[in-house]
Amino acid sequence: MARVSIDVGFCKGCELCIPFCPHDSLTMSRHLNEHGLPTVYFKEDHPCSGCRYCAVMCPEAAIEIFK
Amino acid sequence: MQALYSAPETLIRTPSHYCPGCGHGIAHRLLAEIIDEWGIRGKTIGLAPVGCSVLAYNYLDIDMCEAAHGRPPAIATGIKRVHPDNVVFTYQGDGDLAAIGMAEIVHAASRAENITVIFINNAIYGMTNGQLAPTTLLNQRTTTTPEGRNPLTHGYPIRICELLATLEGASFLARTSLSSPKDVLQTKEALKKGFKTQIEKKGFSLIEVLAPCPVYWRMSPVESLKFIEEKMTQTFPLGVFKDWEKTVSAPGGQATKV
Ligand SMILES: Cc1ncc(C[n+]2csc(CCOP(=O)(O)OP(=O)(O)O)c2C)c(N)n1
Ligand code: SF4
Ligand code: SF4
Ligand code: SF4
Ligand SMILES: [Mg+2]
Repeated sequence: MARVSIDVGFCKGCELCIPFCPHDSLTMSRHLNEHGLPTVYFKEDHPCSGCRYCAVMCPEAAIEIFK
Repeated sequence: MQALYSAPETLIRTPSHYCPGCGHGIAHRLLAEIIDEWGIRGKTIGLAPVGCSVLAYNYLDIDMCEAAHGRPPAIATGIKRVHPDNVVFTYQGDGDLAAIGMAEIVHAASRAENITVIFINNAIYGMTNGQLAPTTLLNQRTTTTPEGRNPLTHGYPIRICELLATLEGASFLARTSLSSPKDVLQTKEALKKGFKTQIEKKGFSLIEVLAPCPVYWRMSPVESLKFIEEKMTQTFPLGVFKDWEKTVSAPGGQATKV
């Protein structure tokens, strides 16, 4: 099982990573980053297959995936 | 823990100035991934345009040069002729390449200049607040076409790949999109093919990338991807229009023997 880490300092809350996750494991948080932008978080109780779709879509390279 | 994906080293770790969901960020990342994977950071030289990606040299850790609006192909020509063993690419928007830079791109292609052009088609002038571009779709609303693009007064969208495919000097021409993970990965493959064309000294290559500009399309980033898939690809069909390695059948056109 893989897991994802979002660098919130780079995330701009564009949501492009969210609809492509086959496990619905990413969602918007209520947390704003230091630039005042909304951010995404990985739902820790959801699975991650490590498919990388989220990272492939991210315009900010804010997503790292680990196994 | 083993990393399955991490940001490429060629991408400088600094927050970008791009709006949320902007296609430029995805395209920069793909370029940086290829440069890392092929180990060509020391020999790649990029030309930045005028447009939102004018600051591309702040994000790619390679040698880069800034060109006057529309002139990256001319500067790239000079650099490549002096340094034939370097990998030289231009990165240009649709205003830069298809409006003010139309003469440069046509002549660079017809000279079979051994450079790779990355053409980011977002159907708008992003940097200057969303005016009509040569690639704006019919009926598309922009700040200069508030009622939508009307062909009687604003003309028709220009299809750059199809236009350049008539030139013998163009060796690889492809149009891809950034509208889904599959499309992004296909864009990466097309960019690699462009660099391969140049490295094997096969001549001019151009990859047109349909990219979102959510802010001046006045939609959310996710809606922008749908707009590309449902609307933009109707005017700009995806595909390979010319390929020196094989005979291709251009969408809507004749098979082209290269
Ligand atoms: C000689 C000159 N003419 C006009 C401009 C104004 N200008 C700046 S960017 C731009 C067009 C940008 O559109 P595009 O190339 O599509 O890039 P985008 O911002 O959409 O990525 C224009 C007309 C300029 N900077 N220099
Ligand atoms: S790697 Fe795949 S499964 Fe994991 S969070 Fe990203 S999109 Fe979802
Ligand atoms: S795609 Fe990247 S920048 Fe956009 S919301 Fe997801 S992590 Fe944030
Ligand atoms: S205006 Fe459009 S092209 Fe420019 S940074 Fe914003 S989203 Fe990107
Ligand atoms: Mg543009």
